[in-house]
Amino acid sequence: MSKKILLEHAHIEGIRFYETYRKNGGYRSVEKALKMSPDEIVEEVKKSGLRGRGGAGFPTGMKWSFLAKPEGVPRHLVCNADESEPGTFKDRYLMEFLPHLLIEGLIVSSYALGSNATYIYIRGEYAWITDILEQAITEAKANGWLGKNILGTGFDCEIYVQRGAGAYICGEETALIESLEGKRGNPRIKPPFPAIQGLWMRPTVVNNVETLAAVVPIINMGGDEYAKIGVGKSTGTKLLSVCGNVNKPGVYEIDMTISVEEFIYSDTYCGGIPNGKKLKACIPGGSSVPILPANLLLKTAKGETRMMNYESLADGGFATGSMMGSGGFIVLDETQCIVRHTMSLARFYNHESCGQCSPCREGTGWMYKILKNIEYGHGKMSDIDLLWDVQRKIEGNTICPLGDAAAWPVAAAIRHFRDEFEWHINNPVEAQTRNYGLAHYADPIHVPTV
Amino acid sequence: MSEQIKVTIDNITVAVAPGTTILQAARQIGGEVTPPAMCYYSKLEGSGGKCRTCLVEVSKGSEKDPRPMPKLVASCRTPVSDGMEVKNITSPKVLDARAGIVEMLLINHPLDCPVCDQAGECHLQDLSYEHGASSTRYEFDRRTFEKEDIGPYIQLHMNRCILCYRCVYTADQLTGKREHGVLDRGDHAAISTCIGKALDNDFIGNVIDVCPVGALTDKTFRFKNRVWFTKPVDAHRDCPTCSGKTRLWMRGDEVYRVTARKDKWGEVEEWICNTCRFDKKQASDWTIEGPSKIDRHSVIAQGHYEGVLKPQNFLPEVIGRNPKLLMNIHDVSGVNKNDIELSKLNGPAHAADFEQ
Repeated sequence: MSKKILLEHAHIEGIRFYETYRKNGGYRSVEKALKMSPDEIVEEVKKSGLRGRGGAGFPTGMKWSFLAKPEGVPRHLVCNADESEPGTFKDRYLMEFLPHLLIEGLIVSSYALGSNATYIYIRGEYAWITDILEQAITEAKANGWLGKNILGTGFDCEIYVQRGAGAYICGEETALIESLEGKRGNPRIKPPFPAIQGLWMRPTVVNNVETLAAVVPIINMGGDEYAKIGVGKSTGTKLLSVCGNVNKPGVYEIDMTISVEEFIYSDTYCGGIPNGKKLKACIPGGSSVPILPANLLLKTAKGETRMMNYESLADGGFATGSMMGSGGFIVLDETQCIVRHTMSLARFYNHESCGQCSPCREGTGWMYKILKNIEYGHGKMSDIDLLWDVQRKIEGNTICPLGDAAAWPVAAAIRHFRDEFEWHINNPVEAQTRNYGLAHYADPIHVPTV
Repeated sequence: MSEQIKVTIDNITVAVAPGTTILQAARQIGGEVTPPAMCYYSKLEGSGGKCRTCLVEVSKGSEKDPRPMPKLVASCRTPVSDGMEVKNITSPKVLDARAGIVEMLLINHPLDCPVCDQAGECHLQDLSYEHGASSTRYEFDRRTFEKEDIGPYIQLHMNRCILCYRCVYTADQLTGKREHGVLDRGDHAAISTCIGKALDNDFIGNVIDVCPVGALTDKTFRFKNRVWFTKPVDAHRDCPTCSGKTRLWMRGDEVYRVTARKDKWGEVEEWICNTCRFDKKQASDWTIEGPSKIDRHSVIAQGHYEGVLKPQNFLPEVIGRNPKLLMNIHDVSGVNKNDIELSKLNGPAHAADFEQ
């Protein structure tokens, strides 16, 4: 079922500007929220069951309640708009077309968390969106939604937009904080967590754009009502950015009750695979989550229909499942080469590693070089096991999740498409001219554990 | 001292102050249970957590919350809690991960130990000797960097660097203005100055001591000698800027190198100034206190003959009576005179040395 909550008004012309946005029910949630107490808002968000939309899916209400509140120390809310994951572009859509929705969500959330200085850390490449946001902030300020004494409640709030300088790693919350402080964007070693010592050593909450935008409908309709949308612990709606071999790539809002099959083939959403090609594989949640072959994507290992929600996509763990992640839905048809695809992801993570901790700094480059060898016909059969071993040594041993993000796609590609890797190595010349085609999904395939 | 909390590392329980890290607790136990540390430096605030060689498994979080930690944790930055149980060398998972880290650290290391001034006191050498594999699985060109001159005192070999950030913290916390830092990112991250500046602060020489590998070495000692041929001697001088307590690396009467004194974890005890380190290279500049204590297993200790016991006279015990005529070669030869300290001699001993 198609349900639009966040993107309800996205199609209206001029919704980017304050007047139109306000006419369509904008800033109602601020009016409502400022009459509530901050704790009540946190309680509403808890009731809504909203989960972080940035990738990890951590319950937002819980995260907010962890925020330390020492006397006399300012707290901060930071909006993570450093959306740089390959395949993910939902926040860009949201900020570009509905900047006021984000501002509105930020004001409500700032009030709930007691943040008087709120920051939007936006990806450096989104230069034009920075201008859109700046304009929206100016408009909101001119109309009394920002600044001193908002709506006469005595609550002050300023929103500042800060552009990143083009580093994927700054999407990691502690690296983002470092970068926001003007330092090198190296992730911090946790603990202490940002909720205790974040921006300028003050308690900080870092949330994704979509998460903060979702606070608006939660306040408008109430947490309980919001929790009724969706299924189980996957409440509310989720934005998905679809790219790859589909007829209708783009940003879709789903309510997490549809199946993956419906999402790919239904005309409401992706509209199927072009040119009558067959589905080969799909990355359901942004480049860092494990890739799934078609048979495991549409049905779980238990034979149930796989649904588009946090639980169902993760069903079976990494052996036969994947993750909802940030919602970057990348579809690959039978003409795509998994080895080449994995290589380009490995190249990305090699390029974007911050270089702080050794397994990620050295290991990502090593994986890329091995994959390059295999792709260009210089691979050896032992390289596959070596690759498996290298990713295993990176995963879980790094400071931040980038190491895991680099290891998972490689691990999943070997786990599910080992036959294609072997074909590449056995037929180096042929592999340069044609693709392997549909894999003979040999799941479960033997994968060395050591 | 406030109350102590108990932590068990590899089945050895030790009581430590709250807030102590796992690594520090393990150092209190000492020996093999101490995880290796390439980037952590107890004297530098904020250091650690980067090299990942000190990863340990926490099999029991604490008495209150006995759940194990899901991932291996960096022991240098994880504080202990009461009743915590940690596995270091008893955990195959840890040893496996550590072997992986050592392999990662070495794939781009030039392994030019034969020409490296750090050889013999290099932490990476020790680490790979203990945890590394004998061969490499890496078959690509090693990463190289352009040479950079960072001043008259310090030689930078970026190819050898393992990016522990120790020198960055040292410059931050010891000197007024940091001139060097990490440029670029990922596997091209490099220690460098921005741009082409010289490191000439009064205390900047200490970055040489904190460097675990041969990335930052002493230009005044460059290619002069191997560390295991020189003998470490504790000495001091009346220095107006620092404590003046140093370690001289001597061969005969010649002072080849001056460093700060290091404890058994390889950490500097007291920072010294550039004047003491680079300019005072005459034995007459110093008041020599005596030979430094060097760990018996270190290659540097191979030049020492201190504490050699005189062989016992077992013959009467064996034959049951004193021999009627037996010349004890140890008593007759001047070479075995007790008052000659071989470790204080320069080079092999000659007869002349004993006839003073």
